[in-house]
Amino acid sequence: MPSNAVLHVADVHKSFGGLRALSDIDLQVMEGTTHAIIGPNGAGKSTLLNVCIGRLAPDTGAVVFDGEVITGKQPYEINQMGIVRVFQTPEIFPDLTLLQNVMVPAFAKHDGAFKLNPMQAMAKRTEIIDDAMHCLNDVGLAHQKDAVAASLSRGDKRRLELAMGLVQNPRLLLLDEPTAGMSRHDTNSTIDLLKKFKGRGMTKVIIEHDMHVVFSLADRVTVLAQGRIIADGPPDQVRGNPKVQEAYLGGTH
Amino acid sequence: MFAGLSRNDWFLFLAFTAVILLMPIILQPIGAAYPALMQKMCIFGLFAIGFNILFGLTGYLSFGHAAFVGVGSYAAVWSFKLLTMNIVPALMLAVFFTAIFALVIGYVSLRRSGIYFSILTLAFAQMSYNLAYSVLTPLTNGETGLQLSLNDPRVIDRLFDGAGPGLPRVNFFDLYISGGGYAGFYTCALALIAGFFISIRIFRSPFGMMLRAIKSNQNRMRYTGFNTRPYLLAAFVISGVYAGLAGGLMAATDPLAGAERMQWTASGEVVLMTILGGVGTLVGPVIGAAVIKYFENIFSSFGDATLHDVFGFLPDAIEDPLVAFLSLFVGDGWHLTLGVVFMLIVIFLPGGIMEGLRRIWNLFNRRRPGDREATPAAQPQPAE
Repeated sequence: MPSNAVLHVADVHKSFGGLRALSDIDLQVMEGTTHAIIGPNGAGKSTLLNVCIGRLAPDTGAVVFDGEVITGKQPYEINQMGIVRVFQTPEIFPDLTLLQNVMVPAFAKHDGAFKLNPMQAMAKRTEIIDDAMHCLNDVGLAHQKDAVAASLSRGDKRRLELAMGLVQNPRLLLLDEPTAGMSRHDTNSTIDLLKKFKGRGMTKVIIEHDMHVVFSLADRVTVLAQGRIIADGPPDQVRGNPKVQEAYLGGTH
Repeated sequence: MFAGLSRNDWFLFLAFTAVILLMPIILQPIGAAYPALMQKMCIFGLFAIGFNILFGLTGYLSFGHAAFVGVGSYAAVWSFKLLTMNIVPALMLAVFFTAIFALVIGYVSLRRSGIYFSILTLAFAQMSYNLAYSVLTPLTNGETGLQLSLNDPRVIDRLFDGAGPGLPRVNFFDLYISGGGYAGFYTCALALIAGFFISIRIFRSPFGMMLRAIKSNQNRMRYTGFNTRPYLLAAFVISGVYAGLAGGLMAATDPLAGAERMQWTASGEVVLMTILGGVGTLVGPVIGAAVIKYFENIFSSFGDATLHDVFGFLPDAIEDPLVAFLSLFVGDGWHLTLGVVFMLIVIFLPGGIMEGLRRIWNLFNRRRPGDREATPAAQPQPAE
């Protein structure tokens, strides 16, 4: 196995009551790649993502990030290690302005989980604001920086959340259906945005329904069905895999 | 130290300072310009500002903040009894002991959020209240309350001069604080102004932004890489210290401390003040505190005679029933007035008096064309 796997999901099992949500999941995400996880509804994609960020603990197995086991760590500790998740339903700070929404994660990146040094925080504020504005600009929301986040459209909220993730410059960015509910135009601009970050050594895991998004971005695709990995490989190879076609066509129609 | 405040903030701070220092003139027309009432307004204003740092920024509703007032008062009176009648060590001890007390209570209570947090703080405060009445009597003097006495050691004072005749007064070197003079009022006013300044700094700092973010979406904070509990605990201790300082000032202006200061009604009062004035605004809590203290002191002193004077011009057939009805709302019944006002505010002005003022302000500003886009809710911090 190549040694530059940044994330290794090792033999993970997870059941909810009698339902086996994940079984025998063994997955490696290579540094610097964009790795898509696809599969029909209920395949266990979101469960897998939740296991990766510490929201759910696996029944057996472990998640290893950069050589360190992260299962059992607090969500904020996992974030501090460089894993950032962008949620499927936008998780933002509705009462804060757009700029503040991005400044909060920027401070988290700079100051760590808890560092109460007001003077230093004040001194760094211009730098933080610059970073935040830069990311707002990237997602095309800079002109609305003083608007309250709750007033945004759903698509804009998702872009805001993307900026909140990008400002932390994570080593691993987990995107849960980043384009769900977006218009074709917004979807394309999100794809362009994510492509822009490809060269920066940021590893991305994308969960997606939209095949157009998957095949425009992914270097590698893993297909889940009923909690198991049924295919894993480069996009073209996966596309032609009969098991995948069966899972998609047979499972949903 | 002085960076980070905008020009508006400085203007707000200077205006606030001016209003507080000129209270003896400003409050003259409504008959509230006597030091005993004004210093109460300042003390409770300070208490409410501190409470608002917790409740207004993080959304955690503590129902036990009166316990900190009580601890501050007891600490200050003990300082008067044991050390010196000088106010400085008394206030320092009040702050010190409440900080420790708040750290312990906060550490336990903040394991829960929402209603459970409120219940935990309430339970702690009631526990402190009952302890002060029972087992802690040696420390609190139980029902009688902790008072000064002629045989108190007052070691530091004795070093400099012998015991004078009668009970000494609380002082700041040559200035007498207790006894209802203007020195007492200005001491409390300065404490309020200092507290207000720190509150602006907190509201505008990154720390304040984190607290607001916790209120807005605590779950997201965790996935953003923040351990939220230390932030909450810091906010809890800061607001506890404000309450302790308020308690110390209560003891300084009137050197006795009783357990009733810790009762749940006292905790509820500061909640009322904050909501009445405007939760999460800078000056709202102070306005709320001043209004409630004004009602308490002025309205409660109205009797039937006053009402008969006011409505004397009406024919007796109308005057008598009207007075009989209105007398329910004054004198001992002033709580009824407060209750009605509070209900109206919560129903029609959830943002408190500050929201009312802002609406009036917007009403005048809307006349300018093309301005509508910018005004509605564009600012997360309410414009004070």
